[in-house]
Amino acid sequence: MPNESENIIIVQDLVKKFGNFIANDHLTFEVRKGEIFGFLGANGAGKTTALRILCGLSYPTSGELTVAGYNVYTQREKIKRNIGYMSQKFSLYDDLTVYENIRFYAAIYGLSGKEIDRRATVLMQKLNLGEARNKLIREIPLGWKQKLAFSVAIIHDPKIVFLDEPTGGVDPITRRQFWDMIYDAARNGITVFVTTHYMDEAEYCDRVSIMVDGRIAALDTPMALRETFHAGNMNEVFLKLARAQVKEVA
Amino acid sequence: MKGRGRGGVNEAMKHSVDVNTLTKHYGEVAALKETSFSVKKGELFGFIGPDGAGKTTLFRILATLLLADSGNATVEGYEVVKDYRKIRRIIGYMPGRFSLYQDLSVEENLRFFATIFGTTIEENYDLVKDIYSQIEPFKTRKAGKLSGGMKQKLALSCALIHKPEVLFLDEPTTGVDAVSRQEFWEMLKRLKAQGITIVVSTPYMDEAGLCDRVALIQDGSIMQISTPEAVVEAYPMGLYSVITSDIYQLLHDLQKLPQTHSVFAFGQAAHLSYQKGKLSKQAVFDFLKEAGHRNVDIQQIKPNIEDCFMELMQKECPTSQKILLLSKT
Repeated sequence: MPNESENIIIVQDLVKKFGNFIANDHLTFEVRKGEIFGFLGANGAGKTTALRILCGLSYPTSGELTVAGYNVYTQREKIKRNIGYMSQKFSLYDDLTVYENIRFYAAIYGLSGKEIDRRATVLMQKLNLGEARNKLIREIPLGWKQKLAFSVAIIHDPKIVFLDEPTGGVDPITRRQFWDMIYDAARNGITVFVTTHYMDEAEYCDRVSIMVDGRIAALDTPMALRETFHAGNMNEVFLKLARAQVKEVA
Repeated sequence: MKGRGRGGVNEAMKHSVDVNTLTKHYGEVAALKETSFSVKKGELFGFIGPDGAGKTTLFRILATLLLADSGNATVEGYEVVKDYRKIRRIIGYMPGRFSLYQDLSVEENLRFFATIFGTTIEENYDLVKDIYSQIEPFKTRKAGKLSGGMKQKLALSCALIHKPEVLFLDEPTTGVDAVSRQEFWEMLKRLKAQGITIVVSTPYMDEAGLCDRVALIQDGSIMQISTPEAVVEAYPMGLYSVITSDIYQLLHDLQKLPQTHSVFAFGQAAHLSYQKGKLSKQAVFDFLKEAGHRNVDIQQIKPNIEDCFMELMQKECPTSQKILLLSKT
């Protein structure tokens, strides 16, 4: 269990406005070191906006935020060095080979030439990708791509990895193997911050927050959420919270 | 392969879509392998499978946008190659990445699609009213500025505005949240009630139960075609849902049980499959007690579509054998 006293992400009163539109409306929450934190919400609830701010890609309108010990206003480059990021859409370069992609990301994250070679070898062994080393990314199956994308996102041993809908579209067995890798990373001390539309995956998180209409409507362990909302599973919890707001979110 | 075309008049009367041994390669990769199936008139038919299974290739061939290497297919009795113009008039096609014009407004998009099919929004408003009225308050907003759920509703309206006989919806719910997904399926049911044949694909296994019949597709091959109920009936194993206070350890331990066929995590529970009649509830209970588990709860359950899909995957690809969520220690 993660140590409760150590918060690796601290968000206090985060507000983000686009013109008159309030995308994040006074968000306050913490993510504990080493935990798997699920970040759920309907389309348009404000998840991506918050995620971009936490990754140092966008400034908040107001609020106090610390990510991996760094300030999101003044230390964005330090944040970027200490996090990994993977999304379903922007992950690997289709026209580079497996090996080239690994090298590319490792170099971007500032690893030395020797270290890059060492980690690339370990990684390809671990993923059983040895034979595919010189294959173009577009030639390998989606499931492999997704595992590889996750592995390169943590190749520099970041303190936190942000996963934005990492399992969309993959087959059910690969989806479970992917969570296997997430658990592995968490056990190695990497904090995992993950968004998903698969509600069964919400159950695999240590804690889950559910955003509705720019606010955090609920945040707790999956078990506590099921009890609070008298729901049999996380899907029911989600529907109960999100349904109420569905007209506004459209 | 000889084309059946409109030869079988009786068949064409009953079937909206007929596909006969379609094969399509992209270079070395076989996207579709001798795929055959038919969709009845007025049916809500689902293709359930992950990305890369061949769903989009199939939809593009049926929408007359892509040529197959071999095999043939008809839509409402028309050949996809020879009669492509006729097919385009009578189908509605919603591609995976909604083909909306990002820089046109909601209303302009709908009007555009109506115009190219020689009709008007007003003429067929009844058909789209149910869906379009939900986004009408935003009709001046550019499509590019819509949320995922709203884009999906607009794309469906655009695919419907010319009153098609058959709707092809390629992953309409991908990347869409659980609430919007549920609403979308309610809309499909109402369209089906109006007699429109609907062929829909999805990677979400839980949506299978909402179709009249489903095809489970993986690696370019259809593994099974049936009603959702029959797919579940055909599941060859016995199945327990097991919960203890430590799901992580539970998955590991169940793997060591000799009678175990497969163990997969399903939310807070583990689904344990076994040869029918070869493993009692009591035996599982005793085994878990012995391993130190507390708060053990074991229920005999019916499989869901995802259980069935994974069982079929393992059968087709025997090397994967016992794969579980948390395989490494």
